[in-house]
Amino acid sequence: MSFLRALRRVHPLIRANFSNSRVTSRWISSTPDLHNPEAAAAAVPEPEFRPRTPVGGARIEIQNPDDSVEVFVDGYPVKLPKGMTVMQACELAGVDIPRFCYHSRLSIAGNCRMCLVEVEKSPKPVASCAMPVAPGMKIKTDTPIAKKAREGVMEFLLMNHPLDCPICDQGGECDLQDQSMVFGSDRGRFTEMKRSVVDKNLGPLVKTVMTRCIQCTRCVRFASEVAGVQDLGMLGRGSGEEIGTYVEKLMTSELSGNVIDICPVGALTSKPFAFKARNWELKGTESIDVTDAVGSNIRIDSRGPEVMRILPRLNEDINEEWISDKTRFCYDGLKRQRLNDPMIRDHDGKFKPVTWRDALAIVAEVAHGVNPDEIVGIAGQLSDAESMIALKDFLNRMGSNNVMCEGNGLNPQADIRSSFLLNSNIAGLENADLFLIVGSQPRVEAPLVNARIQKTVRATQAKVAYIGPPANFNYDHEHIGTGPQTLLDIAEGRHPFCSAILSAKKPAIIVGAGLFGRKDKDAIVAAVETISKLGGVTRPGWNGLNYLLLNAAQASALDLGLVSSPDVIRSAKFVYLMGADDANLDDLPKDAFVLYQGHHGDRGVYRANVIFPSSAFSEKEGTYENTEGCAQWTIPAVPTVGDSRDDWKIVRALSEVAGVRLPYDSLMAVRARLSRVAPNLLNVDARERSTISEELRPEFKQKLSMAPFGAAVENFYMTDSITRSSKIMAQCSSTLLKK
Amino acid sequence: MFSPTSRLAAKRLHGIRRMFLQSPSVSAAAAAAETSRSYSTALNYHIDSPDNNPNMKWEFSANNLEKVKEILSHYPSNYKQSGVIPLLDLAQQQHGGWLPVSAMNEIARIIEVAPIRVYEVATFYSMFNRTKVGKYHLLVCGTTPCMISGSRDIENALLKHLGVKRNEVTKDGLFSIGEMECMGCCVNAPMIAIADYSNGSEGYSYNYYEDVTPKRVIEIVEMLRKGQSPPVGTQNPNRTRGGPEGGNTTLLGEPKPPPCRDLDAC
Ligand code: SF4
Ligand code: FES
Ligand code: FES
Repeated sequence: MSFLRALRRVHPLIRANFSNSRVTSRWISSTPDLHNPEAAAAAVPEPEFRPRTPVGGARIEIQNPDDSVEVFVDGYPVKLPKGMTVMQACELAGVDIPRFCYHSRLSIAGNCRMCLVEVEKSPKPVASCAMPVAPGMKIKTDTPIAKKAREGVMEFLLMNHPLDCPICDQGGECDLQDQSMVFGSDRGRFTEMKRSVVDKNLGPLVKTVMTRCIQCTRCVRFASEVAGVQDLGMLGRGSGEEIGTYVEKLMTSELSGNVIDICPVGALTSKPFAFKARNWELKGTESIDVTDAVGSNIRIDSRGPEVMRILPRLNEDINEEWISDKTRFCYDGLKRQRLNDPMIRDHDGKFKPVTWRDALAIVAEVAHGVNPDEIVGIAGQLSDAESMIALKDFLNRMGSNNVMCEGNGLNPQADIRSSFLLNSNIAGLENADLFLIVGSQPRVEAPLVNARIQKTVRATQAKVAYIGPPANFNYDHEHIGTGPQTLLDIAEGRHPFCSAILSAKKPAIIVGAGLFGRKDKDAIVAAVETISKLGGVTRPGWNGLNYLLLNAAQASALDLGLVSSPDVIRSAKFVYLMGADDANLDDLPKDAFVLYQGHHGDRGVYRANVIFPSSAFSEKEGTYENTEGCAQWTIPAVPTVGDSRDDWKIVRALSEVAGVRLPYDSLMAVRARLSRVAPNLLNVDARERSTISEELRPEFKQKLSMAPFGAAVENFYMTDSITRSSKIMAQCSSTLLKK
Repeated sequence: MFSPTSRLAAKRLHGIRRMFLQSPSVSAAAAAAETSRSYSTALNYHIDSPDNNPNMKWEFSANNLEKVKEILSHYPSNYKQSGVIPLLDLAQQQHGGWLPVSAMNEIARIIEVAPIRVYEVATFYSMFNRTKVGKYHLLVCGTTPCMISGSRDIENALLKHLGVKRNEVTKDGLFSIGEMECMGCCVNAPMIAIADYSNGSEGYSYNYYEDVTPKRVIEIVEMLRKGQSPPVGTQNPNRTRGGPEGGNTTLLGEPKPPPCRDLDAC
């Protein structure tokens, strides 16, 4: 009885919690409760329309109430701004409308007709994706007319569809399959021959089975609107219609893999993933991409210990719902060239596997045998913040402060965060109306930042000026110079571009991190800052002076203060390469001892004396800060290979063997340490506004050299140890980059 | 693998379908349909050949360049791409009735769009030929009114007479036969249209020959072969234009004016 009383006490509370959802009607109450007059009185008669959950978390902001209209979806009233479509109204009302051609990020085509709904007083069903709402519209989505329309459309779509789901890679995640289950008929009436279409060769990434195509034109719109390459088109007409390039042509876009996701059927599928797995066998892990500094949100699909594919995850502020081909297809690099065991180089130059105990002991001994300032630590471009702080702490305890991160160049500026971040944020670039790109080729350095610029240029005709070597852009741009001379001309007001920047409302400057390696970096930055002052690029409410970083570790390395200059390598005797494959070791004395800690037998191991195997980004929990200064976490998707360990754990173990024990034993403890050095790294998914304070900038004594800017990324498909080990990326570079 | 009964059933089904296809009234149509269902002269993708490849240089002739300018002057300068159809037409006339891929590329360059946007248009319209056609390209209307009035027989007569398949060019390069959708001349069905590419874009003509019979089309072809110009329009001597055979039978007097509402009265 006491239980019942307790139940009665919590009951109203639970009701309140659930009153918004359908659970209300499912509430089962015990009989004594019904006889309770109090409860009976408290029971409110159900409102006629319970608030509904919009599809996919859709929400709208009505800015001007005068400009909004009210429509009724199956009798349920929805208010939304004028100009929105019937489909959007339905989504707000929680009714999911079947669709094929409509995609929220592409223009509306209205050619699949799957989204037909009935609208009162309209003589025939209307395509809801293309029909704007009108005041008082009465939309009906579950009437016999709507159902029949969908069934009819479905029958037509399936008429020429091969129905080869059992051998189709899209099976299980196919819109056509799902929607035909729900809306289709259980048999067709089509007895003629089905049409067949020649498959097209779109390159090593996208497999085509064009007979499956339903002519939704999503891929065509994606290619021209988002990827910015006008390669795909709809050729022919009627039943002969087909998607293609007409002339033999590969799809040369760094975003081409996204057509695999947007194709609602199995016409465009992933070539490397073909026949490898069914999607229901895969385990999805929500993680972060580390192949560039953008930090795209990804889902790593794995089966057992193997990464099977990588898909994008929605993040409006970073990658929207696209990822670059490098992100998507680098995963086979995680299986090749991996370092399994700790190894020591023999007298005859061969590596021989040893136990962790021996390896650590040898390294600790060597480290103690050199002068503290002859110890140098270099973090690689895939390092997470945890391992970098561990490396720094370890070296500091050994008495050295020579820690750096590759790619940050000479004399890195780490005190002012705004001097190395993309200050206007990736999404913020959409507000800019003028871009000055200095020494950066965003298309290969950060394809998704480039996609934003492309989107902005497409939407607002924003002007783009570019200073740097001849480069490939997929939007209109003006190549105004190749080197610092042009910068000087603009800074001194001699260049025609000055008037453009002065008249711009929200100008944005993007400086490539490739320039960080130049000797005259400070002078270049000073010139850029002069331009920025001149053009009002930074002003209250708008900071358009951006630095576009190249790799995933750079931002957090600067935040953590891994800022020594690469010159220290000249006198180094002990070099700790933590995944650093691109560090320039030419100046390293011959007798220096090199410890390479990393996951791939890549460039770094050529010079190594001892190898520590560590885990890759797909196997560890790590914090990465992207080029906007937004920290994000990777989540382990698969187990590590062989005897490898997380980077920070190795450093921690080594510190103990070397007698300078680091005070953290768990990830939480490392993160606590991180929070003391750079608290923003624990503020996941947040962007902290950096202050603009040029006065704090230290004096510099460099002269601007007149050497033209170079390209920072030579081969988009191979930039780090993972992508260099990937066969797919190798194929891409050989087929797509050939001139 | 299959049980004998299911094989039997499949066989029967096949037999039934054959029967339908071979019923006498539609047999000719089915035969024609089987030779080619495509209304366009070429595939929807391009295959390089010595006389049709992107490396070939193609330019508008000086005369036609003037016309190009004239055509583009009809459109606002930021909507040059609207001129794609007239330009394709002009290029086709200049190039003997068909469009090599390099001509399409040149047009894309002129109207400042990606080549694929021009290919899309050129593949959409069956009037743009993307493979060689004869000097006289004969287009038989295949839409319902003409078909009911015997357009299939006309096409077959032509094909047989010239000894070609649809969209194939005769050995002498003079004729080719294609099919077209309704050309708005159903009142005089069946009809054919003849595009004359024998004299470049200057001498280009595109004429309708209506009320044709299998016999008459062959006469027309022979006249063309001899360099004569057959009378265009209806081939039925008893009809004038779209009028009925033997003169008008209705609307003989002045038509009554339509009853008008007295607007002032309301
Ligand atoms: S290939 Fe896929 S995305 Fe492209 S039109 Fe066909 S079905 Fe649509
Ligand atoms: S989704 Fe509306 S017509 Fe395709
Ligand atoms: S059907 Fe032949 S012209 Fe109309």
